[in-house]
Amino acid sequence: MTVQVLVKPNTYIDSVSLMSLSTKANQIEIVEQAIIAMGTEMNKEVIRNVGLMTPEVESAKTSDLVIIVKAASEELCEGAFESINELLTKKKDSSKGKSEVKYSTITSAVNGTPEANLAIIAVNGSYAPREARKALENNLHVMLFSDNVSIEDEIELKTLAQEKGLLMMGPDCGTAIIGNVALCFANAVRKGNIGIVGASGTGSQEVTVRIHEFGGGITQLIGTGGRDLSEEVGGIMMLAGIKALEEDDATKVIVLVSKPPAPSVEEKVLAQIKQCKKPVVVWFVGGNEEKVTQAGGHFAKMSKEAALKAVLLAGADESKLNKRTLNLPLIEEVRAKLKPQQKYIRGLFSGGTLCDEAMHIAMEKFDNVYSNIQREPEYRLKDVRVSQDHTFIDFGDDQFTQGKPHPMIDPSTRIERFIQEAKDPSVGVIVMDFVLGFGAHEDPVGAMLPAIIEAKQAAEDEGRHLEIIGYILGTELDSQNIEGQINKLLASGATHASSSQNAGLLAREFVVKGE
Amino acid sequence: MSKINELFTNKLNVINVGIENFRDDLLKQNANVTHLEWTPPGRGNPELIAALDKLEDPSVTDKIEAANKEAVERIINSQPVLIGFDQAINVVPGMTKNTILHAGPPITWERMNGPMKGAVTGAIVFEGLAPNIEEAAVLAASGEIVFSPCHEHNCVGSMAGVTSASMFMHIVENKTYGNIAYTNLSEQMSKILRMGANDESVIQRLIWMRDVLGPILRDAMKLNPNGIDLRLMLSQALHMGDECHNRNVAGTTLLIQALTPYIIQTNFTVEQKKEVFEFVSSSDYFSGPTWMALCKCALDAAHGIENSTIVTTMARNGVEFGIRVSGIAGNVWFTGPAQQVIGPMFAGYKPEDSGLDIGDSAITETYGIGGFAMATAPAIVSLVGGTVDDAISYTTKMAEITTTENPNVTIPMLDFIGIPTGIDIQKVIQTGIMPIINTAIAHKDAGIGMIGAGIVNPPIEAFEQALLALSENIK
Repeated sequence: MTVQVLVKPNTYIDSVSLMSLSTKANQIEIVEQAIIAMGTEMNKEVIRNVGLMTPEVESAKTSDLVIIVKAASEELCEGAFESINELLTKKKDSSKGKSEVKYSTITSAVNGTPEANLAIIAVNGSYAPREARKALENNLHVMLFSDNVSIEDEIELKTLAQEKGLLMMGPDCGTAIIGNVALCFANAVRKGNIGIVGASGTGSQEVTVRIHEFGGGITQLIGTGGRDLSEEVGGIMMLAGIKALEEDDATKVIVLVSKPPAPSVEEKVLAQIKQCKKPVVVWFVGGNEEKVTQAGGHFAKMSKEAALKAVLLAGADESKLNKRTLNLPLIEEVRAKLKPQQKYIRGLFSGGTLCDEAMHIAMEKFDNVYSNIQREPEYRLKDVRVSQDHTFIDFGDDQFTQGKPHPMIDPSTRIERFIQEAKDPSVGVIVMDFVLGFGAHEDPVGAMLPAIIEAKQAAEDEGRHLEIIGYILGTELDSQNIEGQINKLLASGATHASSSQNAGLLAREFVVKGE
Repeated sequence: MSKINELFTNKLNVINVGIENFRDDLLKQNANVTHLEWTPPGRGNPELIAALDKLEDPSVTDKIEAANKEAVERIINSQPVLIGFDQAINVVPGMTKNTILHAGPPITWERMNGPMKGAVTGAIVFEGLAPNIEEAAVLAASGEIVFSPCHEHNCVGSMAGVTSASMFMHIVENKTYGNIAYTNLSEQMSKILRMGANDESVIQRLIWMRDVLGPILRDAMKLNPNGIDLRLMLSQALHMGDECHNRNVAGTTLLIQALTPYIIQTNFTVEQKKEVFEFVSSSDYFSGPTWMALCKCALDAAHGIENSTIVTTMARNGVEFGIRVSGIAGNVWFTGPAQQVIGPMFAGYKPEDSGLDIGDSAITETYGIGGFAMATAPAIVSLVGGTVDDAISYTTKMAEITTTENPNVTIPMLDFIGIPTGIDIQKVIQTGIMPIINTAIAHKDAGIGMIGAGIVNPPIEAFEQALLALSENIK
């Protein structure tokens, strides 16, 4: 038997706590006998009586904590001291039991909840990088919802995340699904075997919803933020996302969603696709088929097509799918109703990629397509408040969101614009999206409904047909009740499109003249 | 497995910063969420954020952390022991017959508020430097009286903190680091000098304290060879339900219990000894100053550690609230306007009667007791909003701006967590959480005294200036 003594000078623990600590210490398996006590005369007497007195204990002061351990060997004594030290510190964990502790900083929250693994950061862009950095430093994956973060900060944060092997989604990332939990703006979709890395928020939402409708499901949806595939950022998070999904056993097929990447980044992404052991579907809005195919990827020109390819690659039986092809008789019918001067489409979107997709579909047939998010400067709206020929507006863009909530939450700006467009006699079709899901407005169709009914009536009074197409992005699992939203829309006399892709195609086809 | 793949397979546990709706959506999906009570750091001031960023640069952080670790270890390991009592003129460094020490950062006679002027003039009469209060005021304004902060003389003073040459002082020695701290004796009661009252009854009591109470305590402690271990006693008092700033019931009992065997051995009459015991039992505040000296003694040992961002002093003179930080040695004060104390008041008084926050007693919060240890004193939760939960949340909140917990002074109700220790300027500015101080309220006019008690926060400006200075000073 060995007896070892540890004296902690100037350490006070009250006697009742010490008794319970001693009891616990004596329950440690390797301990033959243990005493934890303050070095008072009375305690020394007890220690003497049980024959454990040493010169060290003798010289301990009243304010010193004395720990005595008797065990089979020196080694075991050391082990016992470790366990006792744990007992001395462990009591702190249970103290956060009943009343909820409120934290003000990420660091203190992580200290209080060591199981935390991800931070969502949605604060003003001027403070966001600092918080994101703190989260990464605390080994949290990050979803940086905030916009107005500089590209320098983005690069710094993503580089830090890369070094630490963490996800750094965003900035300006509104959509993700991690472990079947939707973060920020996302739809409730089935769990499955398709993983998505998306640089476009609503584009990614659309793909998940279409996959769900085709009977498929999602493993993870990793949002990267819109600038990830820029020259400067270099696709850091898309590359990391592809790699992680490739290594994820649950994921069978990978889908990439983005606007066309910068050429150098595209090369990197394609090179990674080439090496990837899993099939990769690529939907880069307005992207190039040849390069993707050469890299062994599966090219998709539009959103529904991307979802369809993904579910087929994931094992769906094509013959059993309802692909919801375009309603050709409806196209004929509407064309006949529109007057010759009703030539133009006005797209009023809350989802950026939904806007982009509809615009690209229009651009395939028309060369006078204008937008606030056009890449070509000559087709960018000079005044975003004034439409020109075919016009597609993304109300989620910065010009409209300064100091205001996103249009998916606050529809007021779009309603005003709708009323304005509906009065324009050169307009044939107004196409709009209504986004459901977590984070979104609870009744987006309802908010627009009075304006739609009034506009249609006013147009009719003037003897013209105003065609309104609505697309509702959502699933039957979303809290907004998609059936009810569709019914409301149909009751107003609007046309319901079954997908973002079909909304774009219908809008284009309705206003094509003389075919 | 990579960290990202681990995320895919582990249960999601989110820290949500910003939009609260995201928390609700996560809860609907049965994810674990912690929503932060977040505010922009440094109130959104870019200069302060830049200073925070500078201090958080990895090369700097390590130095600060090491310095702060040393500072809090010094606070925790300090062992302040009451070793005696004596008159200020005999023991306090720099004390002279015409010196008057006061609470808080430096202040001139002209700028002093009502209670402090009341206390100063009372002290001048008590010292025999002027025959009455009116002439005392003339003398105070003449420039012949030297005014100096208690803190700059190793002292702390309750409320106005007014300390003159012949007043008796506690002498508290830090057995670990050797430094000594002093503080005045409690006058008990509410109509007292430190609260600004100065009539004949106040002066008479001071004279009795000088001629009877002080000498008895002095002689008693001469008979006690080991002194009284105040930290051990403080720990016990906390376990008995004191937070040792506003509630001193248990501490006073423990202190007089430790003093009694020696008091009865002194060469004073039984009648005089009886007066002492009656005086002590006349209110619960007898040990209040004692804890302040303990705190001062421990915090002084942590002052002047290069690169440390720990607060070593919080003190108010009734006009300004001043702090000192460890990393800026000496008597450099960072100040902001003294605030109004909010809390219950004696019958007949209204909030507009109250003088602004005053006294060195915030040294207790600087150490981690008082408002910081509210969770241990459910009996006086009425001071802080009324419920035990409020009291607990005050303590847990303070843990957000402090560096560590003091394992030597623990709180039973929180499973024996140590008191929050080492207020870190960086954390205060980062979180916007201000230290919580529970304190007495003196009437704004001279001559009246205590009219209530409650809670108050320091002005954030003091902390902001300190942060900027630290960021410039950092080596």
